[in-house]
Amino acid sequence: MSRNNLIVIAVVLAAACVLPLMVSEYRTFQFTLVLVYAIALLGLNMLTGYNGQISLGHGAFYAIGAYCAAILMDKYGVPYWATLPVAGAVCLVAGFLFGLPALRLEGLYLALATFALGVSLPPLLKYHHLEQWTGGVQGISILKPDPPEFLNGLGIALNQDQWLYYFTLAVTVAMFLVAWNLLRGRIGRAMIAIRDNHIATETMGVNNAMVKSLTFGVSAMYTGIAGALGAIAVQFVAPDSFNIFLSITLLIGIVIGGLASIQGAIYGALFIQFVPNIADDISKAAPWAIFGLFLLAFVYVLPAGVAGAIRMGMARLQRKRQNP
Amino acid sequence: MKLKLIPIAALLAATFASPSALAQKKEVVGIAGKEILLGHINPYSGPASAYGTIGRSIAAYFKKVNEEGGVNGRQLNMISYDDGYSPPKTVEMARKLVEQDKVLLIFQPLGTPPNTAIHKYMNAKKVPQLFVATGATKWNDPKKFPWTMGWQPNYQAEARIYAAHILKNKPNAKIAVLYQNDDYGKDYLEGFKAGLGAKAKTMIVKEASYEVADPTVDSQMAQLQASGADTFFNITTPKFAAQAIRRAWDSGWKPVHYLNNVSASPGTVLRPAGLDKSVGLITSRYLKDPTDKQFANDPAVIEWTAFMKKYYPEGSLVASENFYGWCVAQTMVQVVKQAGNNLTRENIMKQAASLKDFTPSCLLPGIKMNTSATDFAPIESVQLARFDGKDWVGFGEVMGK
Repeated sequence: MSRNNLIVIAVVLAAACVLPLMVSEYRTFQFTLVLVYAIALLGLNMLTGYNGQISLGHGAFYAIGAYCAAILMDKYGVPYWATLPVAGAVCLVAGFLFGLPALRLEGLYLALATFALGVSLPPLLKYHHLEQWTGGVQGISILKPDPPEFLNGLGIALNQDQWLYYFTLAVTVAMFLVAWNLLRGRIGRAMIAIRDNHIATETMGVNNAMVKSLTFGVSAMYTGIAGALGAIAVQFVAPDSFNIFLSITLLIGIVIGGLASIQGAIYGALFIQFVPNIADDISKAAPWAIFGLFLLAFVYVLPAGVAGAIRMGMARLQRKRQNP
Repeated sequence: MKLKLIPIAALLAATFASPSALAQKKEVVGIAGKEILLGHINPYSGPASAYGTIGRSIAAYFKKVNEEGGVNGRQLNMISYDDGYSPPKTVEMARKLVEQDKVLLIFQPLGTPPNTAIHKYMNAKKVPQLFVATGATKWNDPKKFPWTMGWQPNYQAEARIYAAHILKNKPNAKIAVLYQNDDYGKDYLEGFKAGLGAKAKTMIVKEASYEVADPTVDSQMAQLQASGADTFFNITTPKFAAQAIRRAWDSGWKPVHYLNNVSASPGTVLRPAGLDKSVGLITSRYLKDPTDKQFANDPAVIEWTAFMKKYYPEGSLVASENFYGWCVAQTMVQVVKQAGNNLTRENIMKQAASLKDFTPSCLLPGIKMNTSATDFAPIESVQLARFDGKDWVGFGEVMGK
């Protein structure tokens, strides 16, 4: 990583740290959701952007993560932070297992299989034999975590929203670091190679099946952890929270943010969090038509996503500087 | 290098785009000069968007009130957001209304899951969550949730009235019950059993439940018929209600058939079931029905039609949702009117809890809204109605509190 890159990351992090001190609690809550979506989008981007497997059902993993957190907190009194590894592990296994049969499916067929996962999960959550845990259509309400005691001892007074934001920010940074480490290494190269030419990759001695299934698992794990954080932030889960539109929204996020880009997850998250609200402000009658216009504009103007546009812009600038 | 700052710029821009930074400090939350800020959340998009028209008819009614001088000289400014019937979105929108727009109250959020999602939040923030558009019984819980109030007759109250009618007219009835296996179905069943009291155990000879995902209720209906019951309480949502009505007729069972109000729509339930097979069904209602010929010359329906034509001309004159919106908006105006110049959230809740025989013309004759500090259920009485093959025809006294 170049020095300039490090500086930019440091500045962005610093801005992210002071952010909740400057805005209202409601905005802080919204930015917490942005971070949550960023983790989910990063997970989906690994699968779709880097590995070339299209998923229309990642909302299901988000829901599984959310329900893991909610059930553990509500029924078993597990502290909120301890639910994240469990949610991640459950989704890792679920994703890996789903990835195994999905290996046989390519392109549109895989998209359909994952779509089936996305549409079938909400009704399953209402299933009455599971109701004692899932709460059926009523869902589960959970309490918002208080800032830990030791912060008061240090003289730092945070409200619940601010604390949750910082907690989510810490998780996000950790998840991004892990992803960055994974994607730039051997495994990341194998993932990209499979996407670009899987026969050549196999010839090079990469175990395609294993890498693809693992990618599915890790991708689901990221989305599941995001789901758990999302549930803690929203304080409520119900089957209606995780309809198929959530899966589509996540896909929109990675395309707008930029496929196969780590920072793209952040731009995508900002888009899916804020643009629907802007659209709703513009028109009550047809908010989704306005959203569609935004989407069209982004796809036409920034065909490689926001991250791609920034990359191209910088390359152009560099060229100008080199031959003025 | 400058372009590298774009992510930061984007972040900062998003931060400062928030109007909250510019919001002025006000003396009383939700009151700006001669304006009262009311929050409203409704599904304008998503699976329940058919109900979006309720929000539009409410907005139209407030417009009418404002044009006629407002309430106590103040204009009603309703800020309405779309939650798409998605609970996380409801939470976000409720927080936006309360923390950013600083509304006085949130009016008419629709659906049990969206309202459940904000239930604790609204009560923790002590912001009125008024006249929610769902029939669950839990909205009437002033002890635990003193900031939340329902509006329409709740499921348990309705079921109790059927129970009372059975006890009065057929004290030795053998009752079969079909219910949807979720909190809605169980809510009705609980109210029904409470209404029958000690006799519930002997009178209810068979209960059967179904899942929303089931294709049909044929096997359940066969079990119920085999129990030898002569009275049938049908707690089902529209699709299953139509199946059950048809089955009860086709199999030759023909019990005295009580149908929950949820599925009383002639268009979506009785027509598919067969209008001839629906003759004699009993249900309950509390609002006048603008599509019903009996009310064609009713002053309320005439007034509503004129209101719709002037303030919401694109709205449908056969959609009961528009009539409902017009009616519930009148209740909101009444509460603001009662609050006078003391427009604090405490007083709004106090006034909402002191409706005394409030009778807007949209209610069926004899039905009154009453609330108190221990009773957060405005409408608790209904009139039974029997289907004559064409329309529901009201009969008997208004029942309930």
